[in-house]
Amino acid sequence: MVNPIRSGSDTMKRDLLLFVAFSLLVMMAPQYFRGSYLMNVLVFVGINTMLAIALNLLLGYAGQISLGHAGFFGLGAYLSGIMTTTFSVNPWVAMPVAALAVGGLAFLIGFPVLKLKEHYLAMATLGLGIIFYITFNETYEWTGGPSGLSEIPNLRVGGIIFNSDVKNFYLIWGVTLVVMLFALNLANSRVGRALRAVHDSEIAAQVLGVNARLLKVQIFALSAIICSLAGSLYAHTMTFISPTSFGFNFSIELLTMVVIGGLGSIYGSFLGAALLTLLPEILRGANDYDIIIYGGLLVVMVMYMPGGLVRGIPALYRKFVKQKPETGHA
Amino acid sequence: MLEVSGITQIFGGVTALDTVSFSIAKGDITGVIGPNGAGKTTLFNIISGIYRQTAGTVLLEGINVTGFPPERLARLAMVRTFQNIELFGGMTVLENVMVGMHTKSSSGLLACALKMPWSVSEERRIREGAAKWLEFTGILDLSDHTADSLPFGKGRLLEIARALAALPRIILMDEPAAGLNSQETLALAQLIKRIRDLGITVVLVEHDMELVMDICDRIVVLNLGRKLAEGTPREIQESPEVIAAYLGDDD
Repeated sequence: MVNPIRSGSDTMKRDLLLFVAFSLLVMMAPQYFRGSYLMNVLVFVGINTMLAIALNLLLGYAGQISLGHAGFFGLGAYLSGIMTTTFSVNPWVAMPVAALAVGGLAFLIGFPVLKLKEHYLAMATLGLGIIFYITFNETYEWTGGPSGLSEIPNLRVGGIIFNSDVKNFYLIWGVTLVVMLFALNLANSRVGRALRAVHDSEIAAQVLGVNARLLKVQIFALSAIICSLAGSLYAHTMTFISPTSFGFNFSIELLTMVVIGGLGSIYGSFLGAALLTLLPEILRGANDYDIIIYGGLLVVMVMYMPGGLVRGIPALYRKFVKQKPETGHA
Repeated sequence: MLEVSGITQIFGGVTALDTVSFSIAKGDITGVIGPNGAGKTTLFNIISGIYRQTAGTVLLEGINVTGFPPERLARLAMVRTFQNIELFGGMTVLENVMVGMHTKSSSGLLACALKMPWSVSEERRIREGAAKWLEFTGILDLSDHTADSLPFGKGRLLEIARALAALPRIILMDEPAAGLNSQETLALAQLIKRIRDLGITVVLVEHDMELVMDICDRIVVLNLGRKLAEGTPREIQESPEVIAAYLGDDD
């Protein structure tokens, strides 16, 4: 006989152990890649992991699509950038102020927008992303327009200035790991279950007392806050930002990371972000053919691993190594 | 317990329900029956806040709940199940029932994400409560299975367990025996009686006459959107109007 109470606390211990192991692995990475070009790429893996988790909370858990998430990322970057350059605000103050402003904006936008479902929601968020993109380009007195915003200050703690790849790695991944733990906790909680319930059957969730409308807006705002935070960190590590980083293409790339990694899996978001950030670097040698390899890989992934890497790899392992039927779930 | 009066529902030009009124006593099992198209499911959708009726009021324990959304009714301890079971397919059996305890728990988004001590202890309480209702419905051994993988009969039991986890004072069941075999239907009858014995008022829409006559304390008969009769199973069986309505449409 299964004992759900016992198995519950076992699962909690296993999850914690997995997270500690993952964090240790991440923190050891600079030992191996210090001084190499990859160090810089790994900083981007961290930022993209944060963004993919943010989108996954919305898409993978609550089942609500957004094609405009690059806009929230950009908004965080520009708010932080403008506050710290034009108004000389301390970056540590600018980041939370930007995050709260973006979260508040998303909360207000969320009420009308999240009334829409599926294709209509996709169209509305697509439009939203484009509006943000145009705003970054056109309000050049503030943003510098297409030529970008430069001389954004690095973050500093006491005498340490975060201006090298290794320091930035620890900064970005420190925050990413916190976001990850935050998302993992949320996913396995009362609120996380309510989100998945809304995803599977909104009407049944409502009948059980879940305020689906408010919950969707809350998670949309939380998702935007994480994007804004990632955007601010991006601005302060790059010290230069321009609108092209925050356009429609990047929204689609984020969506691809989430789907390839695995919908509804936080570690999947890391795998998707890592693959899509590293792939262009690996394929650099292939010159112009990289786009073909890239596209082909996407098609193969979606056809043969519809559950994403996080479910596809264990399935392959079982199929070819252990020959054991599937039990339980991750 | 529950009082509906003058419920009228007009879809386009069609009158689905026409001034239907009845009241349901606390602790009873009440059956709502009627030929296909009588308006039974429409009535359920109105009572449970899914449809907004054209006219009429619904009183729940003396409170006028007309037009309340379903999530508000859940907080007033009224839940329902669906004819085509609505499970959270991607979640485990245990997790499904844990969602049932949503109104009996309160940790918010931040408390959950930060794993505050009270949300951790609440999580344990939710888990224990959910296990209790799985045991009550006899599907505790399926806890770790995903809801999608359950056979229909077990899915039905899961949906009932999930509704009970909300600790309702009244539960509406839309055709709970639909799709069940005769053995499962017998077990369902016992389960519904045990639910009533917990002091929970049960209202069910049902086509299985044997089940209805066996377990119901009172029966409301609808036909073509109007209330045709109301009474004990014996009174209903002997009612000439009911017999006339069912002639040639014997389910």
